[in-house]
Amino acid sequence: MNLFTILISTIFVNNYVFARFLGICPFFGVSTKMETATGMGIAVTFVITISSILTWAIDKYILTLLGVEYLQTIIFILVIASLVQFVELVIRKISPTLYSAMGVFLPLITTNCIVLGVAILNVKQGNSLLQTITTGVGASLGFFLALILLSGVREKLELADVPKALEGFPIAVIAAGLMSMAFLGFNGLV
Amino acid sequence: MENLIKPILVTGGLGLLFGVLLSIASKVFAVVIDPKIGAVLDALPGANCGACGFPGCEGLATAIAEGRAPVNACPIGGQKVADNVADIMGLQGANVERNVAAVLCQGDNEKANIKYKYEGINDCRIQMQVSDGCKSCTYGCLGCGTCFNVCPFDAIEMVNGVAVIKKDKCTACMKCIDICPKKIIELVPYDNKYVVKCKSEDPGKVVRANCSIGCIGCKICVKNCPVDAFTFENNLAKIDYEKCINCGICAEKCPTKCITIHENKAVVEV
Repeated sequence: MNLFTILISTIFVNNYVFARFLGICPFFGVSTKMETATGMGIAVTFVITISSILTWAIDKYILTLLGVEYLQTIIFILVIASLVQFVELVIRKISPTLYSAMGVFLPLITTNCIVLGVAILNVKQGNSLLQTITTGVGASLGFFLALILLSGVREKLELADVPKALEGFPIAVIAAGLMSMAFLGFNGLV
Repeated sequence: MENLIKPILVTGGLGLLFGVLLSIASKVFAVVIDPKIGAVLDALPGANCGACGFPGCEGLATAIAEGRAPVNACPIGGQKVADNVADIMGLQGANVERNVAAVLCQGDNEKANIKYKYEGINDCRIQMQVSDGCKSCTYGCLGCGTCFNVCPFDAIEMVNGVAVIKKDKCTACMKCIDICPKKIIELVPYDNKYVVKCKSEDPGKVVRANCSIGCIGCKICVKNCPVDAFTFENNLAKIDYEKCINCGICAEKCPTKCITIHENKAVVEV
C-alpha cells in the first residue's frame, strides 16, 4: 500500500472510531464542547504519532531480535504510559499555555485504546517505518475528525428540542451511530 | 530456563529504563509551583461556584497567590475564609461586608392584582414572554420559582406566589440575581435591617391600582428619616445603606408597608 492510500484508509474508510470502534470512551467523554474536543484531538495526534514510531522501533530492535514478540501488548502499554508521562512533563515546562489546554487530557490518553490499537496493528501488518508513521498520523487525524464532528453535533443538540428521555448522552450515542453509518459510505474508496 | 529469564529481563529492563528516564525528566523539566496556591486553595470553600468571577476555586487561588485578586475575593466564604487566606498571604485580614440577596417585591397572590391567569410552563422567563407576565404590575415577582430552582444553597422559598430569601442561608452567589427576568433581586448588606421592597417606577396612582404593598412615592420616608438616608428617584424611594442607622422610623411611617425588615422569614415562622 502506498502512503496516500494508507492515509485515506485510516482517516475515512477504516476510521478507528467509526469502523473499528476503538477509543469510544474519550470519543464520548470529551466531545461535549468543540474547545475540549480540539484539545484532546491535538493531544491524541501528538501521542499516537510518537508512540507508533517508538513501539515500531522497540518491536523491531528489541522484541523481534530476542524472539519475545508475545510480550508486545504489555511492553507497548508500558511504552505508551511512560511516553504520556514524559510528554506531560515536557509540555508543562515548555509551554504552560499548551499544558493548560491539553494537560487534563494527557493522562486520559494512557488508557485510550486507539494508541495501543495503532501500535499493535502496525506490527501485525509488518509496516515499514514510513508506513507506521503514516498510519499513526492517519489514525489520529481520523479520531480528531470524529471528535470534531461529534462535538459540533452535540453543541447543536444542546439547543435542540430533544425528548426528555434522550437528553444528553443517549442522543449523543444515536448521533454517533448515524455518523458511523454515514462513514460506511467511504467503503470501497480504497 | 532461557524462555523464562528473557521476558523477565526484557520487561524489567525496559521498565527500569523508562523509570530512570522519567525520574531524570521530572528533575530536568521540574516546574516550580508557588506553594501558596495550594495553601490558599485549601482555605477556600472548594464549591467551585464561580461567584468570584474566576474559573473555580483553583483559578481564584492562583489569582490571590499572584496578587491579582484581593484576599477577600471569595464572596461566599465570608470573613472566616478571608482571614484564613490573609494569614497565608501574610496580610492583615480585610473586612468583608457580607451581602445577601433580597427580592424587592412583596406582591403575593392576595396583595398584587393580575392581568390574566397564567397556565403554562412554570418558569418566570417563559411567563415574561406572555405580555410581561401575569401580574398587573410590570415590576412584580412572577412567583414561578425560577430563582428557587437555581439557588444552590436552598436559600429561597416561595411564599404565596412571591420568592423570599432566607437571609442566613444566602451566600450572595448572585445566581438568582442573574436569572430573574424582572431584575427585582438585589444585593443588600446583611447588617441592614430595612429594605424598600418594591421596584415599581410607576406613578403612585398606578401602583395603588395594581398592588396594595407597593411604593406609591409619598415621600413620607424621605421626610421622616433622621439621617437623610433616602433618595427619591423615578417614583421610588431608595435607601442609602451606608447612611442608614436601622432606626426603623421609615418602616413605621410607610403607609403601604413596602419598607420592611429584611430578615430570615423561615426562622421567624418556625
